[in-house]
Amino acid sequence: MFTRNLTIICAMGALSGALAGPALAQDDARTAAALPETLEETGERAPAKVPESSSETVGDIAPADNDYGIGQPATEDEIAAIDIDVMPDGRGLPEGSGTYAEGEELYETICAACHGSDMMGISELGAPQLIGGRGTLASDKPVKTVESYWPYASTFFDYTHRAMPMTTPGSLTTDEVYAISAYVLGKAGITGTEPDAMLDAASMATVEMPNADGFVEDPRPDVGE
Amino acid sequence: MSDTEQFPASIYGPTERRMAESMVEIENQMLEAAEEEECDCKDGMFNGVTRRGLLMGGVALGGSALAGSRAMADAPPGAIEYYVQPDPTKEQGRLILDDGGYGSRSQFENEVRWRYPTASLDSSWSMTPLASGQGIMTPSGLHFERHHGGIPTIDPATHELILHGMVDRPMRFTMDDLKRLPAVSKIHFIECSGNGLTEWAKPTLKTVQGTHGLTSTSEWTGVRLSTLLEMAGVQDSAAWILAEGADAAVMTRSVPIDKAMDDAIVAYAQNGEALRPEQGYPLRLLLPGYEGNTHIKWLRRLDVSDKPFMTREETSKYTDLMPDGTARQFSLDMEAKSVITFPSGAMKLPRAGFYEVSGIAWSGRGKITRVEVSADGGATWQEAALDGPVLSKCHTRFRLPWTWTGEEAVLQSRAVDETGYIQPTLEQLVEVRGLKSVYHLNAIQSWHIAPDGEVTNVHA
Repeated sequence: MFTRNLTIICAMGALSGALAGPALAQDDARTAAALPETLEETGERAPAKVPESSSETVGDIAPADNDYGIGQPATEDEIAAIDIDVMPDGRGLPEGSGTYAEGEELYETICAACHGSDMMGISELGAPQLIGGRGTLASDKPVKTVESYWPYASTFFDYTHRAMPMTTPGSLTTDEVYAISAYVLGKAGITGTEPDAMLDAASMATVEMPNADGFVEDPRPDVGE
Repeated sequence: MSDTEQFPASIYGPTERRMAESMVEIENQMLEAAEEEECDCKDGMFNGVTRRGLLMGGVALGGSALAGSRAMADAPPGAIEYYVQPDPTKEQGRLILDDGGYGSRSQFENEVRWRYPTASLDSSWSMTPLASGQGIMTPSGLHFERHHGGIPTIDPATHELILHGMVDRPMRFTMDDLKRLPAVSKIHFIECSGNGLTEWAKPTLKTVQGTHGLTSTSEWTGVRLSTLLEMAGVQDSAAWILAEGADAAVMTRSVPIDKAMDDAIVAYAQNGEALRPEQGYPLRLLLPGYEGNTHIKWLRRLDVSDKPFMTREETSKYTDLMPDGTARQFSLDMEAKSVITFPSGAMKLPRAGFYEVSGIAWSGRGKITRVEVSADGGATWQEAALDGPVLSKCHTRFRLPWTWTGEEAVLQSRAVDETGYIQPTLEQLVEVRGLKSVYHLNAIQSWHIAPDGEVTNVHA
């Protein structure tokens, strides 16, 4: 088991190529802080610089009204550049689309190495099973997959878009994520399996997941009183 | 191998199962290595981590590069090996600032975090060595870790926090901005809700680091989230806020806006200095008493909304499957819990006699009001003394003098918090939740003391 772990760890290392390591001559940006400066005469270490507000103009300072003259308004462009979240009702879904057939090709190229062509996952790589398991949650052998457990299609889009694939997270275009979603949800029997079965922002928001009603609010404390 | 049956697929997903199996294996190897080797660091009572154990841990930790450097180093991590004077009163000690101005610990101290050996190095956790912990504070370098996409290296000069969504004035803050705003310092625990996930069906890991090491306490300093939200002007429709990290997982969790306005902190410091990188440097969210996953590290964005975002971590993960097939969601409060850290699993009491039983208790719902200790498996209880001041949503140290007669004993502790909640037995938890819920195990822990002094993890 131990040796097997090492093999897998090595495999993962090779797979992910450059796991972040010590900085090797990055010349575009600073890679570390300099030591504090020394004060003349006494040789004491200089204290850290007083932090500057990014506000270009000092406004009316009224701390009682939560106005400190600190921070800046965030512009729409600045927000749009990192606002990638998607909600179950479709809010946040970007423009674009993808089909089952496109998704199949992308899945085989990008996803299958870890999740398997059959989408059954490869546990040695920590990659979970994506489909199957429907109807097993109440049994003694529940199988939790996107198909059987995940309550919203938006979550699949959001997570795939932000964090997949593991070796190059955040590298998929929105069209690619729609296509992969169409393929995986199609294979799960949730959306169509025709080659031109298509998902986009409007259709994604209407996808009903099998376990949509499977979640309850935290009822705790359930014992201990 | 039989481990597959130990962690059945009915309870554990493939990833969790692999984690659990590997943990058992590596802990066994480290404990075996400790037994085989005669080592100065073994003081009779504690199973000190030996050089070989460290090497193995090192290999599991970071692959060949780390193991190589560890093999060359003669001091434990965080220490420098100095010449040991035969009589330190007869010669001068070493020069001041020999450490470069940032101290190191004694070369005779070897406590280290221990990695949950997941299949993927990018997704892993490490556990705090609670057995040797003193008081309530966790040294920053021993604070447990949980990462979903590795530890990013972020220059604070370029890091920004954007606050937007259902607010009147979307805001952008630099780290300098945040440090100019009114700050608070609070001492709070953070506990991963997966703490103890190997222990539902039967006693599995041997040490308290393995069974309970996903909880740690630090002093956290930063700006109250309510300060930022008031600057931005939260709209009436707001009910939830999404927090997002700048790591490779771009980790996201939804938090009720009431919590955000109550005691949430956008923290940039830990234990008097900047956050450690693995704790979210330069900026993390702190949600006192909430499950660890919600304390988003490397915080870059806050999005106010009327509904929860239903991110992956709050739907497919960190939800608890019940016997009827439904799953509990947004189980955010960490309920009252305690554990005896001394004596604890894999220690050996050298002889009958006096011992001070000691441990930690904590509750995500407020202060600990009482801890009781049993030496007979729960038949009788005695109230332990609490070290003050007792803080809300914080580790609390308890102590009870105890004379071990040399006969078989089962030590347990039971915490009560200010809401009146009493830490349950495992039996009580399982009766309600079954054995399919991986997270939120806060049951009473039992340590069996054998007549020969061996301390083992048992279900009693």
